Amino acid sequence: MSQQCQCKNTSSPAGQSACQSKGDGFVPSQKDDFVLSQAERDAIEHETHHYEDPRAASIEALKIVQQARGWVPDGAIHTIAAELGIPASDVEGVATFYSQIFRQPVGRHIIRVCDSMVCYINGHEQLLAGLKEVMDLAPGQTSPDGRFTLLPVCCLGNCDKGPALMIDDDTYGGLDAVSLLKTLEAYP
Amino acid sequence: MSLQPNKTLASLGTANRIARAPETHPLTWRLRDDGQPVWLDEYQSKQGYEAARKALGQMSPDEIVGTVKDAGLKGRGGAGFSTGVKWGLMPKDESMNIRYLLCNADEMEPNTYKDRLLMEQLPHLLIEGMIISARALKAYRGYIFLRGEYVDAAIHLRRAVEEAKAAGLLGKNILGSGFDFELFVHTGAGRYICGEETALINSLEGRRANPRAKPPFPAVSGVWGKPTCVNNVETLCNVPAIIGNGVAWYQGLALPGSEDHGTKLMGFSGKVNNPGLWELPFGITARELFENYAGGMKPGYRLKAWQPGGAGTGFLLPEHLDAQMYAGGIGKVGTRMGTGLAMAVDDSINMVGLLRNMEEFFARESCGWCTPCRDGLPWSVKILRALERGEGQPEDLATLEQLVSFLGPGKTFCAHAPGAVEPLGSAMKYFRSEFEAGVKAPHDNHKLFKGIQPNLLGERW
Repeated sequence: MSQQCQCKNTSSPAGQSACQSKGDGFVPSQKDDFVLSQAERDAIEHETHHYEDPRAASIEALKIVQQARGWVPDGAIHTIAAELGIPASDVEGVATFYSQIFRQPVGRHIIRVCDSMVCYINGHEQLLAGLKEVMDLAPGQTSPDGRFTLLPVCCLGNCDKGPALMIDDDTYGGLDAVSLLKTLEAYP
Repeated sequence: MSLQPNKTLASLGTANRIARAPETHPLTWRLRDDGQPVWLDEYQSKQGYEAARKALGQMSPDEIVGTVKDAGLKGRGGAGFSTGVKWGLMPKDESMNIRYLLCNADEMEPNTYKDRLLMEQLPHLLIEGMIISARALKAYRGYIFLRGEYVDAAIHLRRAVEEAKAAGLLGKNILGSGFDFELFVHTGAGRYICGEETALINSLEGRRANPRAKPPFPAVSGVWGKPTCVNNVETLCNVPAIIGNGVAWYQGLALPGSEDHGTKLMGFSGKVNNPGLWELPFGITARELFENYAGGMKPGYRLKAWQPGGAGTGFLLPEHLDAQMYAGGIGKVGTRMGTGLAMAVDDSINMVGLLRNMEEFFARESCGWCTPCRDGLPWSVKILRALERGEGQPEDLATLEQLVSFLGPGKTFCAHAPGAVEPLGSAMKYFRSEFEAGVKAPHDNHKLFKGIQPNLLGERW
C-alpha cells in the first residue's frame, strides 16, 4: 500500500493541501465499501479480451474506474485485483507508478500544463504564475472550490504552438496567463 | 470521447501548408490542406493500401524484410537503428508462431511532435505500414501503444481500425492472402519511460514501466515472452512507400552527402518566426531548416544555441548550423540527430535555468529502478537550482561534470540517464561561464568550524 495520504476527507476535495494527516489520519482500506457498477465491470471484462493475460487490463481498469469517479479510491484497488485475479499490491504498484492515475480526489477539471523545455522557453512559468496569483493554485493542488486540479505533464507534442496545455481532453497552444484564465471560464 | 467532425486538430500546421508531392513527400503528400483526417475512401483514392496489396499478394515475408533492409530505412524514434536488421533478428524458427508487432506511439520526448501529426491526420498510413510490417515479421497481432494524452489520435486510430476491419484489411485472410492480423489501440497512463522499448513491453503487460534487462532482446522474448518487434510510428509509416515505389526510388530521396536514406519529419521550435514541422529529405542543412523553413529568429532575439533532435541530444552553437541533418552529419559536430526536431535557444534564456528545467523533467520521469539515475538526476537538479539562485558552491561544477560521466552511456540500466546528461555536458562545455556565474563568491568559513570538511569530491575521484 502506498504511503500517500489515505484520508477520506472527500467533502473537501482540495487534495494534498487539505490533508492534515499526522499518522492518525490513515484509514485502512475497506474492500467492502467499493462496488463496481455493471457498466464498469463489463468495460473491464471487455478490455481483458484484447490481451493474452488479464493483468494487461489493469491500467485500463484503473482508467475505467477513474473515468466514472474522477479518481481511484482504495476499495477499487482490491476490487480490480479480484476481478483480474492478480495481487492487490500489483494493482497498487501500477496505480502509483503512472502519473495519470489519481489515488486521491481531484477537481472537476484537470489542467495539465506542459513543463518541458520548449514550453519553458515559450514561457510556461508565466502560466503557472498566473494560476498561482489568481486562483492560488500550484502544480499538484486542487482549488478550494473543487473546480480545478493543476498537474505538470510531459511534453504534449505541441511544441510548435507552445506553451501547450490540456484542460480535460482539450489541447491548447499559445495561451498566455490572461487568455488561459479566460479559456478556463468554459469549464464550470 | 467521440469523433468531432471538423474539429481543428492540434497537429494542423506547417506540414499541411508546404507544397507536397507523392514522389518527394511519401509521408505527408496525402495530408489535407484543412488538416482533417484522411479516412479510408480518400486514403484509397490516393493510392492507399496499394502497397499492402502488393506486399501481401506478390511478396514473401523475407522479400519484404530484404526490401526494407536494402532501402536503408532506419528507426525514426531517435536511436536510428536499421529497421531491416531489427526485423531480421526475429527468430527464423517457424514453430515460434506467436509473434507481436508493437508500434511505439508513446511520443513524449520533449520537442517531438511528429507522430501526433501522422496519427491524427493519416491513421490509415500507420495501419497500412503495420499490416505490411506484420506480414514481414509473421506477427499475428499488433498493438499501437499510444500515450493517453493523444485523445484525438486515439479516436482517429480506433475509427480507422474499424474501417480497415470492415474493408477486409485487418482480421482473417486479409485481401484473400491467407494472412491474419489483428490490431489494437492501447492507451497509456503517463510516464515518459514508457517510450523505452522494454519498459513499453512491461507497461503493455500491465506492469510498472521499468525497463527490462537485455538480453534477451524483445525479438527473442518480448511481450508475454514471445518474439516481439517494437517500431516507432514514423518508421512504420515509411514502409508502404518503400514497398510501393521500390528501393531505387527511396534511395534517391535524400540529398547528396547524406548516408541516411529517405525523408524525415523535421521541425524547429522556440522563438523562431515560423515554428513547425516539415517532411524534408535527409542531408538538408540545419541552416536551411532554420532559415528557410523556420524563418530565423523572431525580431529581438538572437540564436544562442540549438538542439538537433529532442531533449536527449546535445546542444550545438550557431556555427554548427551548416551540419547536414542525418545521423553522420550531426555526429560530425558532436551529438546525435535524435528525432530530427530541433529547438532554438535564444539569448534571453539562461542555460542554467534551461538545464534546471530539463533535469527536473528527467529526474521526475526516472522510473527509479537503478541507483545512478534515481539518485543522480535529483542531485543534478539540486545543484542546478542552487546555481540558478546564485548560491552554488565552488565544487558544484566539478560535481556536475562527474554526474555527466557517472550517468553516461553504459553505466545505467537504460538510456534514460545518458540522455539526461548529454545536454548537460554539452551546455557546460559551450556555456561554462553561465554555470560559473552561479557560484557564490567563495569564502573560507569551513575553516572556522573544526570537524567540517570542505567538499573534496573533485580530488577524491
